[in-house]
Amino acid sequence: MDETDRAIVNGLQGGFPLCERPYAAAAARFGLEEAELIARLKKLLADDVLTRFGPMFDAERLGGAFTLCAMSVPPHDFERVAGLVNAHREVAHNYEREHRFNMWFVVAARSREDISRLIADVEREAGYPVLDLPREAEYFIELRLTA
Amino acid sequence: MSALDEALVRATQAGLPLVAQPYRELSATLGISEREVIERLQAMLADRRIRRIGAVPNHYALGYRANAMSVWDVDDREIEALGPEVGALPFVSHCYRRPRRLPHWPYNLFAMLHGRSRDELQRGLATIWALIGPALRRHEVLYSRRILKKTGLRF
Repeated sequence: MDETDRAIVNGLQGGFPLCERPYAAAAARFGLEEAELIARLKKLLADDVLTRFGPMFDAERLGGAFTLCAMSVPPHDFERVAGLVNAHREVAHNYEREHRFNMWFVVAARSREDISRLIADVEREAGYPVLDLPREAEYFIELRLTA
Repeated sequence: MSALDEALVRATQAGLPLVAQPYRELSATLGISEREVIERLQAMLADRRIRRIGAVPNHYALGYRANAMSVWDVDDREIEALGPEVGALPFVSHCYRRPRRLPHWPYNLFAMLHGRSRDELQRGLATIWALIGPALRRHEVLYSRRILKKTGLRF
């Protein structure tokens, strides 16, 4: 990765133009030709410096219902509970964390009712209560990572 | 959301075509005009269904290997003013208000932190602590130990 790549990674995390030749318009900001920006983006994607190039959607605003759940699971029972939680299709992410509440998972479902049903199922299968922590407000601006 | 918007989300969630006229290529796939593709993307940006359009860096490749979920018990009268300030900090990737679940869970503000080391995260935590000031009752940091599942949110 050279200085130009760094400038692209740092400077193109948002604001990609919505016009007929967007790569040409964006390339001009870095003093590049359209074809060179496209080639560099392909390389950055192939090298896994970028995971994606395109729109970043807000899944919650696209529709459906979401929540963050937490459980406190005794260590001797952790693997069993992780397995049964992960087996639910609606569980998108699940993390083990260093805390009394040691299992944290995100649920994405069609409706709030589906989420309630899933939580009741998990509580019954696991035998431990689930904290249901839906987002009530969002405060962040997108993260600007620097290369 | 309209069927066309859904089709546009599906066609672009893995990325934009890396060709000179990406919106024209999408318009051919979707059977609508290039102008309509652009207008629909503009509308999704305006109502925040799209957060941004551009490069999505790989945290790990850029050296951001440390992350933590910090949770804060902030005075309800202050959280609407302080939340956006915490969310605007450069090392905070996500910042949400969530309900407390007393007596088990007293925290109402969640801030995900990213840094190149745990030291860097510690400095970030000190910054948030100072920013919230007297409105803060208590806080904790939950480091991740292991990813148990990560399928992503696919539309």
